[in-house]
Amino acid sequence: MLNVGAIEEGFVLDHIKAGKAMTIYKDLKLDKLDCCVAIIKNAKSNKMGKKDIIKVECTMNMMNLDILGFIDHNITVNIIADGEIVAKQPLKLPQQVMNVIFCKNPRCITSIESDLDQIFVLTDPEREIYRCYYCEEQYQGIQK
Amino acid sequence: MRHIMNPLDFSVEELEYMMDLAGDIEKHPNKYAHACDGKKMAILFYEPSTRTRLSFETAMLNLGGSVIGFASADYSSAAKGESVSDTIRVISYFADICAMRHPKEGAPLVASSVSSIPVINAGDGGHQHPTQTLTDLLTIRSLKGRLHDLTIGLCGDLKFGRTVHSLISALDRYRKVKFILISPEELRLPSYIKEDMLNAKHAEYEEVIHLDEVLPELDILYMTRVQKERFFNEDDYVRMKDFYILDKDKMKFAQKDMYVLHPLPRVNEISVEVDNDPRAAYFKQVQYGVYIRMALILTLLEVKVC
Repeated sequence: MLNVGAIEEGFVLDHIKAGKAMTIYKDLKLDKLDCCVAIIKNAKSNKMGKKDIIKVECTMNMMNLDILGFIDHNITVNIIADGEIVAKQPLKLPQQVMNVIFCKNPRCITSIESDLDQIFVLTDPEREIYRCYYCEEQYQGIQK
Repeated sequence: MRHIMNPLDFSVEELEYMMDLAGDIEKHPNKYAHACDGKKMAILFYEPSTRTRLSFETAMLNLGGSVIGFASADYSSAAKGESVSDTIRVISYFADICAMRHPKEGAPLVASSVSSIPVINAGDGGHQHPTQTLTDLLTIRSLKGRLHDLTIGLCGDLKFGRTVHSLISALDRYRKVKFILISPEELRLPSYIKEDMLNAKHAEYEEVIHLDEVLPELDILYMTRVQKERFFNEDDYVRMKDFYILDKDKMKFAQKDMYVLHPLPRVNEISVEVDNDPRAAYFKQVQYGVYIRMALILTLLEVKVC
């Protein structure tokens, strides 16, 4: 079995749907961070069969994990301090997601003004519907 | 400072106040003739329009103000690639209030986020056209004396017609409003509007295909045009555009105090022979559009007339 060392301080994203780790890596902008990141793909899971895991060695205040709630709120966020899991951060749907997903409506102002932030707002928490802040087009592409 | 992007930006009470003001303007136009002396309205129309642009101009001129602006993106810095945000920042130094029409949805919202003057959304693509909705509300209230306890027939293109969607969301806030949605199968109200607006608020509505059978129960008949640009197939358009034609014979089924509204322009969905019927209110509706725009300008500029 592949062995990835424990981290001292940071967080572990567990129960990521197999194959989704790289998407989350990009969405969390981990590529922009100067810290140690381990991505484990297709790890064995009793619950899921296969899963992905991401380990990140950085302080929590460097990260905005709200977006994870949008991507998949079944992901487990384990917060690590002194090499131990000290807490599990619950995920909830964020009220707003910025510059993660893009409006596909060709009539939206964002289609011609690329400097605008791409903002989506949670308009129906029950049905998990996000709409573009500008044109109110419903976001269709969420894949869990 | 306030803007208007959506008719729902104003509460029912605020809209009542604005409609009362519009009613007073109708009765006493001279009282308001100098209310905006020295004030300027920037009318920024990035796409062509006849009624809406001239209605805004008339409204501001009736209030004693003046207007500046452009009637096409070709004659603005947009042609050079200037952003909406930069344009409104500049215009804010020239004018006291702005009305913006833009083919891109959300453009007036972008403008309002950086503007130091009130911005009125004068239509953004297929998204919102709040002053048309305010016009429709004022017309109905002026003719029927109320916005509650009404049966409203919405007829024609209910799928793509933004005026219909906005009117439903605005009327949904009044009690005992029943909607009768009259359209061919292909142009029915989108399901998300039925779910988000009608079902969520437990509004009473029914969907029918034939106009004749429901005409006797209507208080208001809101006709819409089937828009050619929405169809990919010419044959479908030709078939749909003649689906409903309101004529003298059909008007015989309607109540004596039912009124016909239309956001205009019409093509052939209302026969010209109906124009002289006292229940044909679509040209009067244009006049109410000027009154409500005058009331809106006064409200956003916080001008009080004693």
